[in-house]
Amino acid sequence: MISIKGLYKQFGQLEVLKGIDLQVEKGNVVVVIGPSGSGKTTMLRCLNVLETPTKGVILIEGQSLDFSKAVPKRSVASFRRLTGMVFQNYNLFPHKTAIENVMEGPVIVKGVDKEVARKRAKVLLEKVGLGDKVSYYPAQLSGGQQQRVGIARALAMEPEVMLFDEPTSALDPELVGEVLKVMKDLAQEGMTMIVVTHEMRFAREVADEVIFMDGGVIVERNKPEEIFTNPIEERTRKFLNMIQ
Amino acid sequence: MKMYLNSIFADPERTARLVDIAKTSLQPLLEGAVMNTIPLSIISFIIGLILAVLTAIARISQVKFFQIIARIYVSAIRGTPLLVQLFIIFYGLPNIGLTIDPFISAVIGFSLSVGAYASEIIRAAILSIPKGQWEAGYSIGMSYTQALKRIILPQAARVSLPPLSNSFISLVKDTSLASVVLVTEMFRRAQEITAANYEFLLVYSEAALIYWVICFFLSVIQGFLEKRLERYVS
Ligand SMILES: Nc1ncnc2c1ncn2[C@@H]1O[C@H](COP(=O)(O)OP(=O)(O)OP(=O)(O)O)[C@@H](O)[C@H]1O
Ligand SMILES: [Mg+2]
Repeated sequence: MISIKGLYKQFGQLEVLKGIDLQVEKGNVVVVIGPSGSGKTTMLRCLNVLETPTKGVILIEGQSLDFSKAVPKRSVASFRRLTGMVFQNYNLFPHKTAIENVMEGPVIVKGVDKEVARKRAKVLLEKVGLGDKVSYYPAQLSGGQQQRVGIARALAMEPEVMLFDEPTSALDPELVGEVLKVMKDLAQEGMTMIVVTHEMRFAREVADEVIFMDGGVIVERNKPEEIFTNPIEERTRKFLNMIQ
Repeated sequence: MKMYLNSIFADPERTARLVDIAKTSLQPLLEGAVMNTIPLSIISFIIGLILAVLTAIARISQVKFFQIIARIYVSAIRGTPLLVQLFIIFYGLPNIGLTIDPFISAVIGFSLSVGAYASEIIRAAILSIPKGQWEAGYSIGMSYTQALKRIILPQAARVSLPPLSNSFISLVKDTSLASVVLVTEMFRRAQEITAANYEFLLVYSEAALIYWVICFFLSVIQGFLEKRLERYVS
């Protein structure tokens, strides 16, 4: 289970997250929607501790970090391992092949034996449909393929939660489906996921819950069928009208 | 020029003498190149690169103290002539009881110089790697050092290969300055030969030609390396 309590993030004078409270049950998929600048990326980055929240508590599977106090580097590193991050622009390591990208975390961070890690990485790449591309460099792969390597790389660390920040928004329309398919499969296997996306069909089909963020707060949260057909808040309604 | 050529070709005896000098000079010159110029270049470059990477890391570190030390070092080396640095090391240090062998003096001088100049190249290369690469490293649990070593430096190495190759080629030529601290590298050999026969134009040109050949090969190797490292770049 993930629990976020009173999460604030400030960049200089700009307060971007203004008290986020959120709970996600194990195995649930939460889709986060909201206008540009509403703080969706910032929230995910706080969960992965790529940003240090100004204050607030994050609890993931029994481990918690309280940002109201100074957090030691060591606990940040071990906390980070609980979450796997998938970036909008993939951020694959360009000097490593697909399989090396996936092996890197297990070998370097966890100290897994290289050959063992290679075998596991191969399985993961097969799972995301790239069994035939293991020794390709990122530059030799399409965007959709790169993003699937990105997903495999995050999975290789065996995180409790997968975080996706607009994983398909940098892709050509014809490549979106293959990435969403992988994510859907993951969801069906019971992976806990928080997904920032504007793919409404994905949200309808896969999400257990949809969260609408605006101005650094969670405005509304509900089951997808509810929020899409019958939004309670005026702001949610406006946003949904705008994107549909 | 014309007179010189005339004097050579009009006088068969002088022509024969010059050809003979050119031939007999070749061996000591090459010896100087192989025994001193090339090892001096390679050793200084390797030590210099290590210094450069450390200095670059110090420059980008969060620790003010490291930053300042690195800045002072780079500023001092870049702000003073290499020739003067070599004189200080070889002729100056004995005044405080530190007498250093010519070759070692030259290695120290050139390494410090490469370290300072190349650190700027490497620092710029590190800063040119997108922030997302650091974050991708962190996101799979890497520490700063792991991300630097595994993700950032290998990519920075690729970016800095062309300018570093240029530095190496410059260094090979700069080692001729070691002649002033009594290292019998190629140029000092040339000076010794001319001291006996006064054929400055011939012997210095011959030395120049050998420098050129060495540097030409280096640029061929550079091209080859760049091709290899280009494999994964979009
Ligand atoms: N490192 C930073 N420094 C300063 N301001 C930042 C930083 N990162 C984000 N912001 C600001 O925080 C606000 C929220 O950004 P964020 O990226 O979280 O929004 P978002 O909801 O993900 O938007 P989008 O849909 O465009 O991706 C924006 O106003 C942005 O300019
Ligand atoms: Mg965003």
